[in-house]
Amino acid sequence: MMRSMSREMLSLLGPENVLSAKEDLLLYELDGSVERARPELVVFPRTTEEVSRVVKVAAKYETPIVGRGAGTGLSGGALARGGGVMIVFARMNKILEIDLASQRAVVQPGVVNADITTAVEHAGLYFAPDPSSQKSCTIGGNVAENAGGPHTLAYGVTSNHIAALELVLPDGEITRIGSKHGDAPGYDLCGLFVGSEGTLALITEITVKLSRKPEAVKTLLGTFDTIEDASQAVVEITARGITPAACEMLDGWTLRVVEDYIQAGFPRDSAAVLLLEVEGLREAVEEQEAAIVEVCMRCRARGVRGARDDHERDLLWKGRKNAFGALGRLAPSNYVLDGVIPRSKLPQALANILRIGTKYGFHIGNIFHAGDGNLHPIVLYDPRDSQQFKKAIAAAEEIIRYCVELGGVLTGEHGVGMEKNELMPLLFSDADFDLMRRVHDAFNPDSSLNPGKIFPLSKGCGEIRTRKRESAGTRG
Amino acid sequence: MSTTNLNARLEGAVGKERVVSAAEELATYAVDGVVPGAIVKPQSAEEAAAVVRFASAERLALIPVGARSKCRIGTSPTRYDVAVDMTGMREIAHYDAGDLTLSVDAGMPLRELEGALARRRQFLPLAVPCFESSTAAGALASGIDSVLRQQYGTVRDFLIGAEFVDGTGKLCKSGGLVVKNVTGYDLHKLLIGSLGTIAVITRLNFRTFPLPETCRGLMASFDSGERALVFRNAVEASGLPVANLELLSPTMAGMTKAILGKEQGPVPGCLGGDSWAVYVSFEGSEKIVERIARDLERLVHEAGARKYEPLDEGSDSQSGGVLREAFEWLRWAAPIVVLFRITLPRITPEAIAALNQPGGSLRKALLVRARSVIYLSLMSEREDEKALGAFEKAAEDIFALAAAKQGHATLLHAPRGLKQRPGVWRPTPGDLSLMKRLKQAFDPDSIFAPGRCVGGL
Repeated sequence: MMRSMSREMLSLLGPENVLSAKEDLLLYELDGSVERARPELVVFPRTTEEVSRVVKVAAKYETPIVGRGAGTGLSGGALARGGGVMIVFARMNKILEIDLASQRAVVQPGVVNADITTAVEHAGLYFAPDPSSQKSCTIGGNVAENAGGPHTLAYGVTSNHIAALELVLPDGEITRIGSKHGDAPGYDLCGLFVGSEGTLALITEITVKLSRKPEAVKTLLGTFDTIEDASQAVVEITARGITPAACEMLDGWTLRVVEDYIQAGFPRDSAAVLLLEVEGLREAVEEQEAAIVEVCMRCRARGVRGARDDHERDLLWKGRKNAFGALGRLAPSNYVLDGVIPRSKLPQALANILRIGTKYGFHIGNIFHAGDGNLHPIVLYDPRDSQQFKKAIAAAEEIIRYCVELGGVLTGEHGVGMEKNELMPLLFSDADFDLMRRVHDAFNPDSSLNPGKIFPLSKGCGEIRTRKRESAGTRG
Repeated sequence: MSTTNLNARLEGAVGKERVVSAAEELATYAVDGVVPGAIVKPQSAEEAAAVVRFASAERLALIPVGARSKCRIGTSPTRYDVAVDMTGMREIAHYDAGDLTLSVDAGMPLRELEGALARRRQFLPLAVPCFESSTAAGALASGIDSVLRQQYGTVRDFLIGAEFVDGTGKLCKSGGLVVKNVTGYDLHKLLIGSLGTIAVITRLNFRTFPLPETCRGLMASFDSGERALVFRNAVEASGLPVANLELLSPTMAGMTKAILGKEQGPVPGCLGGDSWAVYVSFEGSEKIVERIARDLERLVHEAGARKYEPLDEGSDSQSGGVLREAFEWLRWAAPIVVLFRITLPRITPEAIAALNQPGGSLRKALLVRARSVIYLSLMSEREDEKALGAFEKAAEDIFALAAAKQGHATLLHAPRGLKQRPGVWRPTPGDLSLMKRLKQAFDPDSIFAPGRCVGGL
């Protein structure tokens, strides 16, 4: 069956746009997560119409479909858990329209996040969501996962910056939702589809909102001798209503690893740093800077210094955004967690993460979006050591459970995917799942799109056929 | 479906003390002219769920209501048996001022909430018309604009979670009480502007914002719409953070002046006559508002204003308050009023001129709010066939104009008979087909406000 479907795909897209050899498929069994699952066929459509035709062929063979951008996701959202056909959007990578006056751009899903800003920055505009992987991740993936980033603290996550979408539904129907200029009457369909993790439709065109660059920007680095003081500073900055554009924390252990790799300028002997950015009118930047310095010093900061120029600013951010890469030098693999807590509970959360790490025998690093309570503990492990891998998974689960106990949630920006779907009952009741399942089935009734994601496998939806489960890989 | 002895059966299901049976009360719960057969006032989410289960079992249509100030938005319900009055649920369920997160019951009055948040120097930027009486869930479900959207965005930007009863009578939730969250589908966003058609909202979670130290405003008058637009567009292009940015046609400016006068507050002298006006409101520390005021003065000179007037904190609050209520006073400004909300990609002189055409000699008031929202009101002193015909033709023209410019038009308010003729919306077929699937998923038996939303949802 797979062979005859493969033949149909070849005649539809041409041999240069279809991969079916095992060695070619291996590349697509991984993404940024710790999961693994191999597709049976990988296709590279170039137009929406081709996507629609691919979907129709897959439907004819009752084969699951998963969409994929750059594969940088951290929850296994772009992995073929049900086997089947993977649609990679790498060749749908054109910016179709830029409307500077209306601050909108229409782009294909395979456009790299940072390329949108590159295309419009001459006019003083930019695309605000800035995930750490923004130089490689694609806007289609950002939309599917409702990606965040450091600057979402002030400007909101991807969902806040999407005006309209073109979709291909699991039966191949092409449709458009939302409105280029916002405020389409009726239900907020874009609000639902952004962040639905590829389980409701494939996204083939995106109208993004562009933001205006602020008049002034100041990047500040607060240095602390204890993690408690640094997190207390975050609590007080939040409580005082100071709204920096970004407020990131790196603990001492992590920043030393980063310094070894990048020499970003983080003080090696500190226990934690806060990387803060204030933006806006010059007067507002000055006021916020003064307020932040005052709070940090009251929280016993060793000092707060501003980046002297763009070069120094870029270097500090490079240190932040490449930190996960730097950690890759220490262990064969790292597991980046993603939990959210109320910001007022930051100090106790960090202390407990440390305890959990000790309990399982890991040193857990922390480099995260402190300003919105979005934790990213990092567990370094060796995937070849199955005992260690199991422990890493157990430590991760304990941390995420603890986030929920504090009044937080399972994921702030990486998505549920196949990483946390079994933890969903920590937050949601059977009634919640029933409704989510009905919404899922309203668009994806056969679970042909991205099966095995978001929903616990026991709660219906995305139930993977036995045949598929055998062909799909497992964790590790 | 049977409505005989409805009150008695409702009392059996939810308790006598929760059911209002006085016949004279029923008329006050009319939704766009349709009167319910019974009123029930749940005091908890569980009671609201019990009401829904009762309605579902009996195939009764129900509409959740708050202060009932915006029930004329949308189309008339095709069925309406039970009004679910949510005003009995009005507590703050959770408020972590340190985390700037808040959870309130559906019936929480916005004015009361404003007071509670102000004690912690915070606020919710949901500045909607009928503010004195509006409830949190009513404001959200009506989809009406907040005047602060230029700076704070629409409610979808600060709604972080919700609890609600779905059409099967189960209490559901989505989102949470944290400011960043991608756990599960964002179902709560679907409640915005849903006019009660997919769920009975029981609780809403928001992020709150620090109250600005102070605010200031500027009112400027112009000889022509073109000049006013030059200033308005210059303010937008300047990147200055402004909370509120409104452009008023001469009629609109005159009406605003009259209302301000009635409230016996300070009336900006530059309002009135045949002038167009632009109102800008901005906030922050003294230093910041001074800086913005300085820049605005420069822009207002460059744009060639006829006159302008800086507004101090009190005067700005008053003007902002009157304009916040514009939706409310516009719709009662004449015996017949047809009020449109139109969104366009760009507000150009051509667009303004084009919007002046429909309705010929009918009196018109136009208000441009924030980036792209236009309120256009057509008024007539007489209610006769000729006037109705003119309104209907105007409505058709406005729908066509919005569609041609890739925008949208919604008929926010009109005499009921008139609303049915041109319809309230012109949804795109793609959107509508997906919305129908969602309605079916949330409300499989179609018991929630049937026919109230876009395309008869």
